[in-house]
Amino acid sequence: MEHDIKYAVELIGINKTFPGGVQANRDVTLKIREGEVHGLLGENGAGKSTIMNILYGFLSKDSGRIIIRGEEVEPKSPQDAIDRGVGMVHQHFKLIPPLTVTENVILGLEPSSKKPDRNNSLAVITATLLALFVLSFFLPPFEFLITAALLLAAIVLILYPPRVFENLMASTRFRAAFEKLVSDVRPLGFDDAAKKIQQIANENGLAVDPYAKVENLSVGLQQRVEVIKTLYREADILILDEPTSVLTPQEVDELFVTLEAFKKSGKTIILITHKLREPMALCDRISVLRDGVLVGTVKKDETSAEELAQMMVGRPVVFTVEKPPATPGSIILNVENLKVKDHRGLPKVRGVSFQVRAGEILGIAGVEGNGQTELVEALVGLRKPSDGTILVGDIHTTGKSPRFVREAGVSHIPEDRHRRGLILPFTIEENLTLGRHYRPPFISRPGILDLDKFRSVSSKLVNDYSIKGGGGGSLTSTLSGGNQQKLVVARELESGPKLLVAAQPTRGLDVGATEFIHKTLISMRNQGVAILLVSAELDEIRTLADHIIVMFDGRIVGEKRPEETDAQELGLLMAGHLEGEESVEVVN
Amino acid sequence: MKSAMKRFLRRGIVIPVVLLVIIILLLKFTYDAVDDVETFYALTGWLLEATLQSATPLILAALGGMFSEKSGVVNIGLEGMMLIGAFAAVAATYFFYDPWIGLLAAVLAGGILAVVHAIICVKMKGNHIVSGTGIILFAAGFTTLMLEVIWNRKGISEQVTALPNVNMPFLQDIPIIGVAFDNLSPIVYFAFVLVIVSWYVMYRTPFGLRLRAAGEDPSTLDAAGVSVEKYRFIGVVISGLLAGLGGAYLSLGRGLPAFGKQMTAGRGFIALAALIFGNWTPFGVLAAGLFFGFLDTLQHFVGFVPAWQWIQGYSQFLQMIPFVLVVLALAGIRKSVPPKAIAVPYEKEVKA
Repeated sequence: MEHDIKYAVELIGINKTFPGGVQANRDVTLKIREGEVHGLLGENGAGKSTIMNILYGFLSKDSGRIIIRGEEVEPKSPQDAIDRGVGMVHQHFKLIPPLTVTENVILGLEPSSKKPDRNNSLAVITATLLALFVLSFFLPPFEFLITAALLLAAIVLILYPPRVFENLMASTRFRAAFEKLVSDVRPLGFDDAAKKIQQIANENGLAVDPYAKVENLSVGLQQRVEVIKTLYREADILILDEPTSVLTPQEVDELFVTLEAFKKSGKTIILITHKLREPMALCDRISVLRDGVLVGTVKKDETSAEELAQMMVGRPVVFTVEKPPATPGSIILNVENLKVKDHRGLPKVRGVSFQVRAGEILGIAGVEGNGQTELVEALVGLRKPSDGTILVGDIHTTGKSPRFVREAGVSHIPEDRHRRGLILPFTIEENLTLGRHYRPPFISRPGILDLDKFRSVSSKLVNDYSIKGGGGGSLTSTLSGGNQQKLVVARELESGPKLLVAAQPTRGLDVGATEFIHKTLISMRNQGVAILLVSAELDEIRTLADHIIVMFDGRIVGEKRPEETDAQELGLLMAGHLEGEESVEVVN
Repeated sequence: MKSAMKRFLRRGIVIPVVLLVIIILLLKFTYDAVDDVETFYALTGWLLEATLQSATPLILAALGGMFSEKSGVVNIGLEGMMLIGAFAAVAATYFFYDPWIGLLAAVLAGGILAVVHAIICVKMKGNHIVSGTGIILFAAGFTTLMLEVIWNRKGISEQVTALPNVNMPFLQDIPIIGVAFDNLSPIVYFAFVLVIVSWYVMYRTPFGLRLRAAGEDPSTLDAAGVSVEKYRFIGVVISGLLAGLGGAYLSLGRGLPAFGKQMTAGRGFIALAALIFGNWTPFGVLAAGLFFGFLDTLQHFVGFVPAWQWIQGYSQFLQMIPFVLVVLALAGIRKSVPPKAIAVPYEKEVKA
């Protein structure tokens, strides 16, 4: 049986240790069959991306063998993998924002222009004539003629497409050498490339404007550009690294349709993910990695989400969170008619009002980009609202500085922990005390930090929140994503807040860390903290929140209790179907 | 392409228009002050000629800086590369009796110094600023030492054969132009040629695309299967070649054909300023270089008009203007967008 199966990729006994000493892969053996969709599942830091980057030639391996379609390869650079039809869509897109879609796609595989371009010819001819004009003053007539002839010949050969001088250079070896020499300075065929990109886009339902600048595209479109990049290189082994982590639910659906089509056309797809739902929906076989070691490879039909989860974290996972009924107290956060503009001055929050009481969780659901980010920034003092009031307890915090808001009893788990939550090159101790460092107990005498206190407080927190990956003195950048998030949570909760604003608190986290953070949020609620939870994960909102409001286009379009509603109704609200419209239809 | 054009019109048009108005006013005031057509033509012609002469080394060095910085490597060593170019030009002319060989030597000398910078910054991932400073200090010390070794002199070398100028007698009768273009060094024209060639190379060829990618996001270039090191290395070396040519112009192209101690006098830094003010683009560099050259000339120009000679007392103030403008440019009066990965060594094996 085994002999009948054709493998697209075989990775045998791969070992990889990073310069910092982290062992990312330990003797991993993976076999990907021709034409299958293979899921690569594992928690963050399990080594999924590492092993695929090794296959792609982006990282080097310490030992092991790589066999692509029966041919053993030692990829030195991604070029070796690209040549063998391997394409990779990285988690953090490999795109250059100020360049156009076309420039990004052709980078590294630039086509020559098929017909001369007017601007190019104009520029080069002007420059040549000017140079020859000046030279004519210095060179004797005969030498000048020779120089001019040589210069013009070289320029024609470089500027004009191969077709023009094919007959001139019969010897292919000479031509190849010449091509190699001048290929870097041949004019680029932007228009031909754009046409080809348009064609690829149309054939695969990946519509995108080849002349648009990447920085002006949405994240979903940027991912399309990444996919087009691999197709442009005629890849038939596609690696997708966490492709859904930045997409809206609709964009995820579109991506899955595209991937289904790829599978039908015979491409081999490797899908890296830490979300259980995705491989179950799409993959034929699933391999699970944990701590750099392959736990096993299973067929989708012979497994379940629970089994996969257990393989991932190494123990059974409880999917539901114990949640006693809420005992709401007094109003802690009172927001009245709040309006906020984004950095370009466009209104993003268009007048929202809500309250959060002590001991309850208010969940804000919505597709990302509907004003949640700006709302949170206004609440915690990072952005000045253009109108409205914010009351925390009885303190007016509208438009006040972040420190003032913090002192009023507000803690904030930011949606982007790298940008707003942590200073990665700082130690764990330092990050755990940031925001409180300027007052006792961290200040012993005026203006002098008490580093012993730093140490004792942080070692307690590292224990309480089981932050793994190093002591208080090690750098935050060495922690895995989940542990970094735990660090943020530990710091924010330790200050004893009245109100906790948690924005996407489990984004990019694995099952274990998510479970931990959910439990922590519930226990804070039970202790009487008011919690505002903003999340794009509908499941998270539904399990945790006591009240749900749905934001669409900067407004609150629905207010529900989780037990009164279901995912479908919330989904419709998130997509902008107003309740009013619906009820009108019912009456009719 | 069209939207880029529109943006250019919206953002890029303001400064040129303001400058044009200032220049027209200046010419009008000059005319009022001298009140004599012949003198006015001679003065304006001189102003144009001297502007081109002052601008040429700035344009060449700034173009070089563009190739380096677009690829992601800061090159404050331009000053040193210019200085060694100026020296090599005179030394080679002295030994071979041919200023064209001197020119070649200058380009090579700048290139060799750039290779050192490239090895430190690209291959060994050293700090760009430290390496650049080292290059400036080395060039200053080396040229001063060699001045003594070769000519046994302290301040200025012996005179060598100058590079012949381009004479255009047929232009003589045209007012202003005749004076301006009568007797310019060929390097002035080469500077313009190189601006055009740089535009083509930077924006129209695979080489330029890859170079820009190396400066914006090296890991993307790497993922596309292209060696980041190779393109950064080439970018830095090109910067040395061009800065060396700019240096050769200082010693062989204008004034006394000799090498003077520290003769670059900070022009490498003004070139960096022009590079930033020109927003890291070839034609921007050309415009900024001409403008800074114009400012440089202005302090001498005011000396020719009796009514304005009092301004000469403030010539240091005029010299300061380019740097003030750069501070303003960086503060956002004019949007300057540096390459994103500039000054960041590319380490391949760092865990993402």
